[in-house]
Amino acid sequence: MKWNGWGYSDSRFFFNKKGQAEFTGRRYRLSGLIIPGLKDWFESTFGASLQHKTPATVSPILNSSAVQPPTLNEAFVEELKSTGIPLSHDAEDRVFRAHGHCLHEIFALREGKFGRVPDMVVWPNCHNDVVKIVELACKHNVCLIPYGGGTSVSSALECPPEETRSIVSLDTSQMLNESGYCTGHEPDSMEFSSLGGWVATRASGMKKNVYGNIEDLVVHVKMVTPQGVIEKSCQGPRMSTGPDVHHFIMGSEGTLGVVTEVTMKIRPMPEYQKYGSVVFPNFEQGVACLREVARQRCAPASIRLMDNEQFKFGHALKPQVSSIFTSFLDGLKKFYITKFKGFDPNRLCVATLLFEGDREKVLQHEKQVYDIAAKFGGLAAGEDNGQRGYMLTFVIAYLRDLGMDYYVIGESFETSVPWDRVLDICRNVKARIIRECKDKGVQFSPLSTCRVTQTYDAGACVYFYFAFNYRGLSDPVHVYEQVEHAAREEILANGGSLSHHHGVGKLRKEWMRDTVSKVGMGMLKSVKDYVDPNNIFGNRNLL
Amino acid sequence: MASEAVYTHRDPMLKKRDDFEDILEERRNSSDLRYALRCYIPVLYKELTPCKASELKSMVLQSDQLRYVINQLQQAIHEHPVVLLPSHRSYMDFLLMSYILYTYDLALPVIAAGMDFMAMKFVGEMLRMSGAFFIRRSFGGDKLYWAVFSEYVKTMLKNGFAPVEFFLEGTRSRTCKSLTPKLGLLNIVMDPFLKGEVFDVSLVPVSISYERILEEALYARELLGVPKPKESTSGLFKARKVLSEDYGSIHVYFGQPVSVRSLAQNRVDRCQFNLIPRHIPRKPGEDIHSFVNDSAYRLVRAQEENMVLKPWVLLASLLLQNHHQMQVAEQKQGMALDELTEQAVWLRDLSRQYGAFLHWPDHVSPSEAVSSSLSLHRGLVRISEGRVQLALEQAGGQTRPGEPCSAVTPEEELLNQAVIILSCASYRNQALHIFLRPALLASAIHTASSSNKQEVYNSFSFLRNMFSNEFILCPGATVQDFEEACYLLVKTGVLQINQQEFVVTERGHRTLGFLTRMLDPFLQGYQVVCRFLCEDATEGLTEKQFVPAVRKFIIRHILTGRLRYTEVLSSDLQKNSLAALLRLGAVQKLKGGEEQGTLKVNKVMVNSLEDTLGGKLPTQKAVVARL
Repeated sequence: MKWNGWGYSDSRFFFNKKGQAEFTGRRYRLSGLIIPGLKDWFESTFGASLQHKTPATVSPILNSSAVQPPTLNEAFVEELKSTGIPLSHDAEDRVFRAHGHCLHEIFALREGKFGRVPDMVVWPNCHNDVVKIVELACKHNVCLIPYGGGTSVSSALECPPEETRSIVSLDTSQMLNESGYCTGHEPDSMEFSSLGGWVATRASGMKKNVYGNIEDLVVHVKMVTPQGVIEKSCQGPRMSTGPDVHHFIMGSEGTLGVVTEVTMKIRPMPEYQKYGSVVFPNFEQGVACLREVARQRCAPASIRLMDNEQFKFGHALKPQVSSIFTSFLDGLKKFYITKFKGFDPNRLCVATLLFEGDREKVLQHEKQVYDIAAKFGGLAAGEDNGQRGYMLTFVIAYLRDLGMDYYVIGESFETSVPWDRVLDICRNVKARIIRECKDKGVQFSPLSTCRVTQTYDAGACVYFYFAFNYRGLSDPVHVYEQVEHAAREEILANGGSLSHHHGVGKLRKEWMRDTVSKVGMGMLKSVKDYVDPNNIFGNRNLL
Repeated sequence: MASEAVYTHRDPMLKKRDDFEDILEERRNSSDLRYALRCYIPVLYKELTPCKASELKSMVLQSDQLRYVINQLQQAIHEHPVVLLPSHRSYMDFLLMSYILYTYDLALPVIAAGMDFMAMKFVGEMLRMSGAFFIRRSFGGDKLYWAVFSEYVKTMLKNGFAPVEFFLEGTRSRTCKSLTPKLGLLNIVMDPFLKGEVFDVSLVPVSISYERILEEALYARELLGVPKPKESTSGLFKARKVLSEDYGSIHVYFGQPVSVRSLAQNRVDRCQFNLIPRHIPRKPGEDIHSFVNDSAYRLVRAQEENMVLKPWVLLASLLLQNHHQMQVAEQKQGMALDELTEQAVWLRDLSRQYGAFLHWPDHVSPSEAVSSSLSLHRGLVRISEGRVQLALEQAGGQTRPGEPCSAVTPEEELLNQAVIILSCASYRNQALHIFLRPALLASAIHTASSSNKQEVYNSFSFLRNMFSNEFILCPGATVQDFEEACYLLVKTGVLQINQQEFVVTERGHRTLGFLTRMLDPFLQGYQVVCRFLCEDATEGLTEKQFVPAVRKFIIRHILTGRLRYTEVLSSDLQKNSLAALLRLGAVQKLKGGEEQGTLKVNKVMVNSLEDTLGGKLPTQKAVVARL
């Protein structure tokens, strides 16, 4: 794993000597392939140039002398050692657990800057280990920060700089075992994130239409808190026993305790999977179609609508085709859509689909969805386009690392919004990003793109990508943060939520009160005060 | 040609003016046929052309670099929905705007026009073809009408089919003062932004200034109570005679577009619309109301600032003041021409210091400028034996040539004179926004019991509050206005401030005198309305009866010589003062039942307001607090 970038050390994008993009490694569908269109897209979208490089200033090997020496609570360490739970205060282990994947966190790492990092890392193996650690932490007044996969994008893992106690990162990622079923929960970060983390952030997966979000999947949760262990007495599928205590746990973002055991629904592996895609003449028609699909409750496992910019982005990731025949077919398709059907290549957008289940039902389902799409002017555009759309979300974080080598920084953020405001929020937030960039002195026009990524009865989840070329800016991260802040304000002003699945962390804390009201804040605070009066779980997220 | 004049570049105002372009020049140099062929809405322009040529000596379109601004407007139309907000002084405004946009190949706007225009046979159709749609003057209760109408405007905005144009002031200003803005339509055009349906809306204040207004005498009559003739086409044709006269030039100034988004920044919490479906109409909340109100005032002030003032405006101010002074002194009427010229030059420099956008022809001598202005307005002034005076004595004979002069009663003669005075006053009013704040301060110094800054401020704040229905005074900006007034008077060396005391300088008296005289007719007018309410108002006086009754009262006062300002006869002033008294709670309007609209006068309070206005009572803290 990389310590200052996304994902596996062997997988990364780079521009080869011919100036073509390549993806290394062998883990992904794109691995080892040449992506000829990426360079042109990259240069024309951002005004970036391969001549202007900004490699990470520190080498891939971490320089441990740059990290602050650990503040250790000797008594705690002594007692913990006697329990035999593995622990470390090695600089690399500590830095690795000091951050999530927000832009400013990665940017600082690439420049070799480390703020406050945990003083120690512990690896409990089972529930009882966690109970012991929490007891000792309470006894010696040590701050605990639970750590799952480290894929947070809400500054949730950052150590509060004002924390004076010894900070112990409690890594739970090794506590999961494999067993050959599927839960159907597939967030974009699923290769790296952890079950405990999903529960603690109220995560959502791309196939939620079939399997549900985390709150629908969880049957039982056990959490260790400073006050003791919280759990239910049985595994009944639904209970009418007052407010569901699980909902204190889901989304608690590590402020109340450590999730040690989760019982989840499992499903047999799907027999058949099929990708698909539909091209719409414009985004408005696409949204109308998705809304109709949601109304008829026939959404496939995943249905996403990418806007024109994102469609072009996805298109740029097309790997080199091997035969003349396929390239000829591609040309023919393009001709059919733009010339024969009259779609404007700068306005059309594409919906990507993923069907799952037994073969017959999938085909039936597919027909139903394509029929609806046809009513909104949609044309089926093949499996390949669909699959590439999903690939984009798994490699986007690797692409960000590539961008950062060439003066381009970016980030994604999400919201959920009622159906009648989807179009307005997409238009206004994208326009706000462009305007703010201009106002803040960004020299090149930014990439500002969105997709409707989940559908619900009452609305949709919208996902924004935003990136810009920061050449000529003295403090790009600050500019970036200002723009993201403005974009979030715009989201809230347009009726969007603070977060659909990324969580609040410390990044979006300032808007919590307006989001849940003063009384709501008081309720959450009083739970925190009861469960953790000494703020042992002191990551200061959420509240 | 004014636009060809050579100006020095020292003064930014002159620089601004350099960019005027004569848009009729080409028109004058080409044949009518070629011109007619250019029109793509022939009905509109065929009718319009004969008017234009005779009516306009020069027509000038202004902006910072004309092309640049037109391009900017073009771009603004392309980027965000655009709302054009012209000032409203004449029927011509409709046609002018469409004409200019047409000339520059910009999208023709849809224009909200009063329903009464539609009734005019040919002209209604003409307006409609130039993009107007007609709305009822009031539709308070009719929810369906409101819904259809606001949806129409919003659809226009959201889809960006065409710019929307309407008049913030709601109706033509008969007095040439800007009117208190109406908020209904502004609310409608801001709504799509506040609810997130468009990213932004650009509001473009447009100032249209006329050197001579077509409806000049008509307005004066209307203000004096001769009812407004129903808009009819035959009426327009009868009025053709006026078209052969010279009406000077018209200036159209497109102000900087104002983005609603930036106006609303940190002002409005747009989240408040999140929980209710947006298609359900809701009465705007207090914060939205005050936001729209403030924006409206800001836009009207922007219109005012960009109004081009002609020398005549200054001459009219001077002549009116002189007329009243002479009246008191019972001296020979009129002013020597060279004295008028001297004063005009003095006032020109003063108004420039106060930031007036004055179009004074610097390439000719002041006396030439003065006499050409006077000759343009020869209906209002007479020059005899080298003295300039208002054309009062002939007024009667001119309007009714058939009747013998003996039939004219003193009352009728007074009304005939008042037509001239009010016409002049309407030109003076064009300069009021320049002098208003300093004039309020000058009057405050005049009436305040001491020259202590706090005392003067109290007095200023009282006057400002009293007149906030009369002039464009942004609500809640008393302190800013006071400081602006102090700044201007100190800057021009009229005042000095020593340890919280105002000291009038030696040369300051002339300016202060001019400024107080500027405001004096209004002060007196408000006082006389108060006196009427205390002395003469009968029990059960209704709002409808108010204007005729107060008019009678005032005529009596003028004829007996107890009141010298004929312009107090203006129903505009009377209505504004009543509105102010209603606002202050000195008069109450009863609602419902048989007494609907009956005015209930709090005589004690009205009396004390009158005395305070007259400087007989100090501005008591109590009064201020109650206001």
